[in-house]
Amino acid sequence: MLGMRGMLLALLVVGSAQAAVTDVTLDNGLRVIVQEDHRAPVMVSQVWYRAGSMDEFNGTTGVAHVLEHMMFRGTKTVPPGEFSKRIAAAGGRENAFTNRDHTAYFQQMQKDRLELAMQLESDRMANLVIRDDLFAKEMQVVMEERRLRTDDQPQSVVYEHLMAAAYQESPYRRPVIGWMDDLQHLTAQDARDWYARWYVPNNATLVVAGDVKADDVIALAKRYFGVLPARALPTRKPQDEPAQIGEKRIVVKAPAKLPYLLMAWHAPVLRDWQKDTAPYALQILAGVLSGNDSARLQQALVKTQQIAVSASAGYDAVSRGPGMFMIDATPAPGKSVDELEKAIRDQVGRLQRDGISEAELARVKAQVIAADVYQRDSLFYQAMQLGEYVTAGLPPAALAHRVDKLRAVSVQDVQAAAKQWLQDDQLSVGVLDPQPLQPQTHRAAVPGVRHDN
Amino acid sequence: MTIKSFCVALLLSLPLSAQAALTLQHWQTPQGARVIFVESHELPILDISVDFPAGSARDPAGQAGLAQLTHILLDQGAGGLSDTAIAHRLADVGAELGGSFDRDRAGVSLRTLASAAEKNAALDILTRVLQQPDFPQAVIKREKQRLIAGIREAEADPGTVADKAFYRALYGTHPYAHDEAGEPAAIERLTRAELQRFYRTHYSAPNAVIALMGDISRADAEAIAARLAGGLSNAATVPALPKPGPAAATVQRIAFPSTQSHVLVGAVGMARNDPDFFPLFVGNYVLGGGGFDSRLMHEVRDKRGYAYSAYSYFLPMMEAGPFQLGLQTKTEQTDDALKVAQATLRQFIAEGPSEAELTQAKANLTGGFPLRIDSNKKILEYLSLIGFYNLPLDYLDTWVDKVNAVDVAAVKQAFARHIDPDKLVTVVVGSAR
Repeated sequence: MLGMRGMLLALLVVGSAQAAVTDVTLDNGLRVIVQEDHRAPVMVSQVWYRAGSMDEFNGTTGVAHVLEHMMFRGTKTVPPGEFSKRIAAAGGRENAFTNRDHTAYFQQMQKDRLELAMQLESDRMANLVIRDDLFAKEMQVVMEERRLRTDDQPQSVVYEHLMAAAYQESPYRRPVIGWMDDLQHLTAQDARDWYARWYVPNNATLVVAGDVKADDVIALAKRYFGVLPARALPTRKPQDEPAQIGEKRIVVKAPAKLPYLLMAWHAPVLRDWQKDTAPYALQILAGVLSGNDSARLQQALVKTQQIAVSASAGYDAVSRGPGMFMIDATPAPGKSVDELEKAIRDQVGRLQRDGISEAELARVKAQVIAADVYQRDSLFYQAMQLGEYVTAGLPPAALAHRVDKLRAVSVQDVQAAAKQWLQDDQLSVGVLDPQPLQPQTHRAAVPGVRHDN
Repeated sequence: MTIKSFCVALLLSLPLSAQAALTLQHWQTPQGARVIFVESHELPILDISVDFPAGSARDPAGQAGLAQLTHILLDQGAGGLSDTAIAHRLADVGAELGGSFDRDRAGVSLRTLASAAEKNAALDILTRVLQQPDFPQAVIKREKQRLIAGIREAEADPGTVADKAFYRALYGTHPYAHDEAGEPAAIERLTRAELQRFYRTHYSAPNAVIALMGDISRADAEAIAARLAGGLSNAATVPALPKPGPAAATVQRIAFPSTQSHVLVGAVGMARNDPDFFPLFVGNYVLGGGGFDSRLMHEVRDKRGYAYSAYSYFLPMMEAGPFQLGLQTKTEQTDDALKVAQATLRQFIAEGPSEAELTQAKANLTGGFPLRIDSNKKILEYLSLIGFYNLPLDYLDTWVDKVNAVDVAAVKQAFARHIDPDKLVTVVVGSAR
């Protein structure tokens, strides 16, 4: 938790060719991170709140994301819709995103328009007005968003149901967008409470990247955000996930054409970036399994055995809550999900028994090193990474040294990580059982909720 | 991650900037390939794309899917290297080989570190993939199966079902009508010889557009372009596509077991070289291209809460591409939402934008221009677009001025010329009625 802190300045050189990252905390607890990059006369400004769906309570799931929507619906001095309009008039692009760990708001603009972004962003950090009528409208929008992204996407439903099964205590068991029933009963007061609880400078990080000077950014941040008072944050309970003690399985029956398989093992994430080793080994392991077009899953399951039409592995080392190592795949025509799952388990068994080759390790490392150069072509991605690391409690140094830490991983580390973490007892399996796409029985036409304003 | 609005703005217009003027260099290789190059040494990266008029509109009758399957197979075995060897050699040097495919274009792109060893290894692979695809029989069988599985899987997605029906209704017998991925039955029948023939006649030097961006000299760029074009066939440039006629007014309702209806409304829009490009593009910002700044978003989402996303766009293509308006809403209120969208469109066509709206649109587009060219990747896409669609080399230099030159009358007249509100194609997938 960020308390009141004095000015703290840390300069840190990220790679040889790259500019320094400036990391400052204002007196009111707002953290300000600046990545100078002078290639183009533009900048991106992002405000990250350490408040995501993991901070919600049962019964009001989805409120973090709903509040994100309401942040565009007016403040004491900026009328509804005006935020977007002013940014657009200045040539900007803006949006926001909510995740399990955070809610973040961003503007991409010409470099000399940073002040406008800060002015508007600092205003809605403190002065949001949540009107009942606008809240009701926005809830309709959010429910449509849930239908679009989840309810009508069978693979998303599998993911949502599997997370609800794989996690027992962790708030990661709940979907970011919220359960539909909770959305139907969410009130404007729920959103106001959420805003009052978390939208304070000492729970936020401002990340600015682009053709700016760090000193100028800090001066602007002090002027606009520095005047906002800090407020005590509620205690966050750890809600640590207890060890899983046996495999879990779920089946989702939904209209679809092809089955789908999702396997998820509990895994560690980066906490002490200098001492931890498993999260780096697991990143390499994901690369060995699906980092290129002939990585193991693709090679064995898609190309050689032709038991799958697609297969991939994923692992995210950076998060506030617990981690997961995941593999998903779609069986080839005529192959069953059972056969596919057996083939994947066979691949996992080989990793645990025989490890990986030096050539595979070198290949993944070469990709990591190149990707680190490529990402410098995207200002937005650089800012995203800084925001994610910092919000997850990791310092910018952890990002700066990420490639070095990955280069230090050995074949033994990868094998050990596979043995320790890809165990059946910590595995949850989700299966999509496709149902016919026959139209539903005709429903009586129900008039939609009408809003005439 | 959920995002508040996804801008469905298939940004079909390409702007380049006044303050960061780029120097585009253009030439032809001895074999007739057209080359566009921007030299930039700020990052040790080289990006290349090579595009051909080999998209799905080039599928012969009864062979829907031939263009797509040919494109898929390019890097699945080439120059004596297996698909695995190709993937490994690229990964070994951290290079990324990409593909793009639509109705007009089939392209291959490469991103590599600019250091000699990495660059040379990556270029060796790109050269083989472009010039010597092997089309191995066993791989054809495998990739047919995967392509068909992808088509089947998409049949469960109401958005995809709507999109396919929309293009069919809009284009009838025109080559733009059928889906980019093709038809399963036709894909089953395709032979290796057909793939090879399609490759030879379309992936030729005279058809090629090579775009290069990044950390190499002009001399290096010339040598690379000549090498890439050198081993391609010399098949003549492909003939022009037929001109699509206007679509008849139709309403199609497709029952689907989804909680939402996907609604698409549209017409045959404009070609890339249409003189009305800027009035339509700028005007559409006001109608449905400007995200939260647009009338559709305001009427459908903000005022009524009917949808998460409501948009419109013109997709300019070699011949007239679609104008499309779309939204998704829970089935029970489909007709209400459709009525609002139709009324919004009708009013916009009748009255055009207000002065204030147009001023706002121009301010956003011109003020946001530098964001369109702020990375090597974005610039490469412009180079490829300029080359492929034969846009003027100063396209980016004049973009801001052309946006600024649009006035209310021009928007009104351009929309009146292109969109007849009484002849719209409407597709509704998921409606409960």
